[in-house]
Amino acid sequence: MAKKKGLATWQEITTGCVVFNPGSASEYHTGSWRAQRPVWNNTKCIKCGICYVFCPEGCVQQSEDGFFKANMDYCKGCGICAHECWPRAITIVEEK
Amino acid sequence: MAKRVGMEVAVAVAEAVGQCDIDMAAVYPITPQSHIAEHLSDLVADGKIDAEFVTVESEHSAMSAVIGASGTGARVYTATSSQGLMLMHELLPIASGMRLPIVMGIANRAVSGPLNILNDHSDIMPQRDSGWISLFVENGQEAIDLSIQAFKIAEHKDVLLPVCVNIDGFQLTHMVEPLEFPDQELVNKFLPPRVPYATLHPSKPVTMGAFAMSDYFTEMMKAKDEALKNSKKVIIDIWDEWARMFGRAYKPVETYKAEDAEILMLTMGSMGETAEVAIDALRAKGVSAGLIKLRLWRPFPFEEIRAAAKNAKKLIVTDRAVSFGGPGGPVFSEIKSALYHEAHRPAIYNYIIGLGGRDVTVKDFIGMVEKVIPYNAEKTVDTYEFWGVRE
Repeated sequence: MAKKKGLATWQEITTGCVVFNPGSASEYHTGSWRAQRPVWNNTKCIKCGICYVFCPEGCVQQSEDGFFKANMDYCKGCGICAHECWPRAITIVEEK
Repeated sequence: MAKRVGMEVAVAVAEAVGQCDIDMAAVYPITPQSHIAEHLSDLVADGKIDAEFVTVESEHSAMSAVIGASGTGARVYTATSSQGLMLMHELLPIASGMRLPIVMGIANRAVSGPLNILNDHSDIMPQRDSGWISLFVENGQEAIDLSIQAFKIAEHKDVLLPVCVNIDGFQLTHMVEPLEFPDQELVNKFLPPRVPYATLHPSKPVTMGAFAMSDYFTEMMKAKDEALKNSKKVIIDIWDEWARMFGRAYKPVETYKAEDAEILMLTMGSMGETAEVAIDALRAKGVSAGLIKLRLWRPFPFEEIRAAAKNAKKLIVTDRAVSFGGPGGPVFSEIKSALYHEAHRPAIYNYIIGLGGRDVTVKDFIGMVEKVIPYNAEKTVDTYEFWGVRE
């Protein structure tokens, strides 16, 4: 049902909406919910990883240079990373 | 033909469920359902049936447990009454939304407050829109038969919906009746093992009860509504099969001397047999009276109701529950909507009766019919009345 163009009709959805494809939640990009986004200031970042630990979406990733960034396909802009970042390296800005 | 035995109906329901090769039951005791829980746990404890009986701490847990077990592909059963059903309420649309073929016996009892343990239909009525198939029985034999049929209906590939069997508390559950249990070999033939649509199993992971936002929720609700409406055909087919195998026939709407009747009465549940006696007495006095007995509450049998009421001038609908501040009883409301578009429809009167276990006698039914005889059928008295209320 996922391969078809557009959303499934009521006749096409599985009985009881059973999902037979494990891990398919990753196809759902929750980043579309976002109204605000986190912005990292790497001059203040000490690479402690507290943003990575606290992100409830698990969308904060460490780059090869050791700094962190969020995968915007899944970041909902909840601001928990900015709240927890004690060196104040993360600010939350409005999406344009 | 099987031998007749004298047995309390609640115990007999547990016996009948025990004939259905269930894998698991979770039932929390509550009057007047408790004897179902007790006897079912006896059957498991005595090794008479090969099933798990999960002792839970509430009806909310009982329904949660059967939902989980049903998800693994098990054949499951639960039963409850009144406040217990109210506590399950939150989970009922989840069971139907997940399309799990759970079977539940309901020993119908009034809901508080004030606290009352006796029979009426105020527990099932708030569950009306939960997406469950809802059947009503009239006597102990029907309680046995429908409790077995319910599994086959629920598990049918074109249905896959939970089914509740409404059995009037005390009036039926605590009666000792002569009952005939179907032969076990025939039950096995009638009810083969469940073939689940999907199961929770680590070797083939699936997600049940997934999240759906506005983009899919409407489609899911439409699919559930269609499944419930289409289940009527399956239910009728299964009843026909039952009649062929066991000799007892069931219909969504049963009638008694209704075809030529000018005044019809409508009942649901155990009152039907009392009303039949009243119809006989009225006929003996020369009153053209007949009876409609509604067996299938959901899916609602619109066509059958229209056919049964088409020749009548007057129709008395009885309700054992109230839709407070609404149009009267919930059955009344449904019957009116079924007949709204009919060119020739009877005048309809609603009597709220039998609340909180108040006895409804033959005299009461005769009184209702005699009350509407002088009414002018052209000028419908569009109201409802609490029959016998002290004022």
